[in-house]
Amino acid sequence: SQTLTHGPTTPAKTPSTSRSVRTQDFSDRRGNKSTPIQTSRSASRVQLFSPAPSVSPVSGRGEGRRRSGGFGGCASGRQTGPRGAVSEEGVRWDGGGRRSRGVGRIEPVSPPTQVQLNFNNLEDFPPVGAAQSPPVATKPSRRINPTPVSAERPNSKPKSCFISTPLSLPASPPAIPESAGAKLTAGSPHSLQEERELLRKERYVWAVIFSLNNIPVSMMMNLICLLSIYVHADVLEKAYLGNVHNCVYFSVRVLENQFELVSHLDKCTLRLLSENERVGTFSSSLKDHLAQAQENCTAKVLPSPPMFVHSVPFQPATDNRSNFSSDRAFHTFKKQRDVFYGFLREWEDSHKEPGWDFEAALGSRVRMMVSQLTAAGSHSHFARLFQKQLIQMCKGPCVLGSSSDAPDADLLGMLGADSLGRLKRLQQRLVQPQGLIGPCPPPSFPGHQEFFKCFLQTASCCQLNQHLKDGLCQQLLKLDEVSILGPDDEKQRFSSVLLTARLLAKFLGFISFLPYQTSELPSRDIQDTAITLRSKSSPVLDVCAVLRSSVHRRRTILTVPWIVEFLSMLDHIGPLLPFYRTALCLLLQIYKRMLLGRGGELCYMNQLLMVAVLGWLFQIPIFPEDLFFSTDLKEEVKELENITSSQGLDTLPLVDQQLLYTCCPYLGEFRKLLAAFVAGSTSKSGGLIRKITPTSAELRGPSTSRSQQKLQVDLEQAFFHNQPPSLRRTVEFVAERVGSNCVKHIKATLVLELVKGGEKTLRDSLGLEGVNTAKLNDSICAQLCDAGMQALETATRFCSENAPGAVRVLLPLETSPSVLTTAESITTRLATEKACSWLSANITSSGQVQKNCTHKVPLGSEVMIEIKEVLSVAVGPRSEEEAYTVHQIESLLYRVGQTLGCRKKTDYLFLIRQLIERGLLGEEEVGTNWPKLSALSWPEVISKTLRFEAGILTNHFLMAFLVCSCRSL
Amino acid sequence: MMDSVSSSSATVADKSVKRMQICRAEYRVIGRFVEQLRPTRQCMKTLQTQFPHLPPSTLLSIFSQEYQKRMKRSMARHHAPDVIKEYYQRYRSEAKTRPAAPLLLELANQVDLSPALLARLIVECFLEERQASVASRHVLNNMLREPYLIPDLLLAKHVEQCTVNDCCYGPLVDCIKHAIGLEHEDLLRDKLRETNLSFLDENQLRAKGYDKTPDIILEVPIAVDGHIVHWIESKASFGDDHSHHTYLNEQFWSYCNRFGPGLVIYWYGFVSELDCQRDRGILLRDGFPSDIVTLCQGPARGRV
Repeated sequence: SQTLTHGPTTPAKTPSTSRSVRTQDFSDRRGNKSTPIQTSRSASRVQLFSPAPSVSPVSGRGEGRRRSGGFGGCASGRQTGPRGAVSEEGVRWDGGGRRSRGVGRIEPVSPPTQVQLNFNNLEDFPPVGAAQSPPVATKPSRRINPTPVSAERPNSKPKSCFISTPLSLPASPPAIPESAGAKLTAGSPHSLQEERELLRKERYVWAVIFSLNNIPVSMMMNLICLLSIYVHADVLEKAYLGNVHNCVYFSVRVLENQFELVSHLDKCTLRLLSENERVGTFSSSLKDHLAQAQENCTAKVLPSPPMFVHSVPFQPATDNRSNFSSDRAFHTFKKQRDVFYGFLREWEDSHKEPGWDFEAALGSRVRMMVSQLTAAGSHSHFARLFQKQLIQMCKGPCVLGSSSDAPDADLLGMLGADSLGRLKRLQQRLVQPQGLIGPCPPPSFPGHQEFFKCFLQTASCCQLNQHLKDGLCQQLLKLDEVSILGPDDEKQRFSSVLLTARLLAKFLGFISFLPYQTSELPSRDIQDTAITLRSKSSPVLDVCAVLRSSVHRRRTILTVPWIVEFLSMLDHIGPLLPFYRTALCLLLQIYKRMLLGRGGELCYMNQLLMVAVLGWLFQIPIFPEDLFFSTDLKEEVKELENITSSQGLDTLPLVDQQLLYTCCPYLGEFRKLLAAFVAGSTSKSGGLIRKITPTSAELRGPSTSRSQQKLQVDLEQAFFHNQPPSLRRTVEFVAERVGSNCVKHIKATLVLELVKGGEKTLRDSLGLEGVNTAKLNDSICAQLCDAGMQALETATRFCSENAPGAVRVLLPLETSPSVLTTAESITTRLATEKACSWLSANITSSGQVQKNCTHKVPLGSEVMIEIKEVLSVAVGPRSEEEAYTVHQIESLLYRVGQTLGCRKKTDYLFLIRQLIERGLLGEEEVGTNWPKLSALSWPEVISKTLRFEAGILTNHFLMAFLVCSCRSL
Repeated sequence: MMDSVSSSSATVADKSVKRMQICRAEYRVIGRFVEQLRPTRQCMKTLQTQFPHLPPSTLLSIFSQEYQKRMKRSMARHHAPDVIKEYYQRYRSEAKTRPAAPLLLELANQVDLSPALLARLIVECFLEERQASVASRHVLNNMLREPYLIPDLLLAKHVEQCTVNDCCYGPLVDCIKHAIGLEHEDLLRDKLRETNLSFLDENQLRAKGYDKTPDIILEVPIAVDGHIVHWIESKASFGDDHSHHTYLNEQFWSYCNRFGPGLVIYWYGFVSELDCQRDRGILLRDGFPSDIVTLCQGPARGRV
């Protein structure tokens, strides 16, 4: 039978609805609890992404607060087929609140003039009523008895939507790929032809939309929807595109058209896509291209292992007593620092436990702490600590959704269990390997960011927030001004600056708009009042000026991504304020004027990042839809662009795949979607286990045993931790310059000679008769190889000759020798590495084990213990056999002598002082007795010490005892 | 600050041979066993016979800490005015009948109070009785340290018997504890110098204005067992649950919060389960590590 299904409805495919809900944690701040009614009947891969929308038309529609904008209604009758499908698919990414956004937004925009298609022509773009009607639960009967696809109903437009596919239906056999080929022939040739034609037009329109991307819809959103169509073609069949082939055909063609974009995705996605059977079936050329792109794709998107959580170092320059107004403030802050880290550790330990709540667990203690800070006036210190710790912990990539999902935490636990319930959950996990969050997840605070967010919310302290705002603004503007010279040297630095700026901007936005956050969109009247009121006060940061300047100076690649983060935190009223409206308009115009690929391959990734982050901003709930059609500031941005400087960050290829995926973790959705497809298609044949590998690998924590090389890197980082920041800057700067000079030097000398020599050899040899070119080649290669080794040596020598001196001159004279030596050698290593990486070689260093030497001399305290033991026997009570022999006493005396003779008497004056302070020794006693006692021979001291007959410890005894111990130290 | 362990009967132990990390279950066994012991050298011998696989110094440290807990628990009982009075009367009456016997020591063991602490109580009563006023701390301390200062020679002898025989309390034990602490700090510094690791010690740090100061901060961090070490704290005692948690809250976490991850050396061993905060920056060892990895090994490494 040629039954098409949406895949087997095994329990394994049951999506975890609770998980999906949790990904929306941020949305409840915005009052966008979009899924009031969870359908428990959701099913199939199609619904992996989010809770299925409510089955009730009323609640489903009513949820979207922005639907009142007037687009929802008018959009319904005018959708193109694919659009309808896409929007319905897209809707479900972020819940009911966003439904039909994609649709509404696109309609009124005129297609580019060169496209001779009329969007309003119902023949070209037949309406798809189903797309607009809310998912109706009464229709799943269609899915219960899957109808074989045939020519009978080629263009049927069922009323039901695939969304409503219930889970509880009996499984239908999976017949995804193999049926595809067969079906081509099964369909009526005539209708197929027509459909193809129609599809061709549609995909063309879409592709044009993509490449010009002058329509403010997230490109990523579109692409992912496209992939969804593609992956879920079987489910979509009939609903929109007539049959599965049309779906796949459509998708494949668009992918082909957008190949450049696709080819910039990560390797894993490319692999999954190229290995997908449907691609091969429909376009072998696309498959080939993908395979090729995959080979060319050198960059791997590896989430860097979570950094060891470093604390913010104590820097005497900023943290010692002289930086505080009073002793009390200093000591309060000393305590608060530890209290703060205590909270952090407690949060780490327990926030993933079910039912744990920040407010309930830490609320009162956090407030107590900030009130003490207020009393001591130490908020500026704490704000600085807070900000530094935030950067320390959250700058790096964190796996999106990991904080709320805890995807791996319970996996191990589950694997160990054999109870049925757990296995079922495990099965779920395997089909839904990662929390799928959709292409436009709402703003969130993943990983440790959640702690900092909750802390600020809970502390709710205006003093702290003000100090933080000051600090964040200052650092942001400083980062925004950072100078990046070229892509070679400073890609890494750019990445670090960008990630830091985005993090700080998000928190600045969070704090700035926190006072205005409301759970519900305020009524019109309240809105107007609030706008009037808030327009009067100046915003925390002049984002418009920063944006304009960035366009003017061609620095948008740095500025725009962090401004996007800042604005994503806007409250309901914020975007309506003239100031922020202007900022959003500016962003929109920047987006509209940007064409992917215009800057050539060089800056494609830069543009891709901008398109991705802007597209995301336009898609999250806070962005006002009416702005899309605004032409405000269009001219201004145009003018700004025209008078830009020719040089700027935007012209440097600074963004790589790693940075792109770190900034836009939702790009990973492509991979997840494709992986989910693989999971679905192989689940019957024991593919479940296989599925773990591609999906969970990137979430794994660091292996417990770190390689030695990694350890060295860690040690180096650790070295800088407790040093003043200027040390690191100096080392990095010197290493960079020396490395660069070294390369220049080698280029100017060795390489030039080498090229000349090589050419000469070649010329000379070719002149000879019967020359064996292979041999010639070999000999030149050997020559080059030697020269390469020589170059390495030269580079190493150059760097170790020049780097230490430069560092020494630049560091303070007072730097301790070992710090200086270490700094010098790190600089040398970094410079050499830089130079040698240019020479494509590696420098390795061998380890060296420290040897230890132990002194075999009894410790003073041990001797003292023995003496005390002897004394206790002497003083009694003692048993008969406890008598000491002369030999034993002599042996003790010998050990005392040994101890005194061999030990270095390093700190014994210090010890005497200690003893005086402790009241064990009177100062005058030392004064008077010391010469006498130190003059005594050892037997004398001991005999004075061990006065068996007296039975009383004298002052002299104690003195001798102590002198004994002092000397022994 | 260095902490240390008291001792009376321990001899020089070859610590490197015997195991010093004890699992919690075994620690509990030892804890139960020492409940019945008194702080005398005889009891220490019993303890060593019972657990011959453990170094005497470790056993003594464990006993000392458990005993101190015990004393704290029973302090209220012994320090009630009528109880003290009764002890004093008992001593007085017995001193008349059999003055040569180790009266105070016997009494201490009988009522399960540290001999040195009992001696202190008795001397206090004695002075009050004589002077009809409360004796100053200073005078009292001096008399315990140098019993011949006590006007009553017989009492002096009995007091001396107590302080000399007590392996957990008393001026001698305090002195030894202090010495042990300093010695181990010194030992740590020596080891660091031998290993060519340069460091700042507590005094240098305090001079710079640090608000919390571990014994040692390494100028250039090292790695031990794959873990970064910035600071080292020396503890000349056994790390049991109670003391470790106190140290964590008062010292170790504070060091971590300021200087990053570090190493705690419990020279007399520790409950092995406590070494569970490695990933958070606290590594435990029972001696100076021999498996140190340093940065920039090679010609450039080393101390100038």
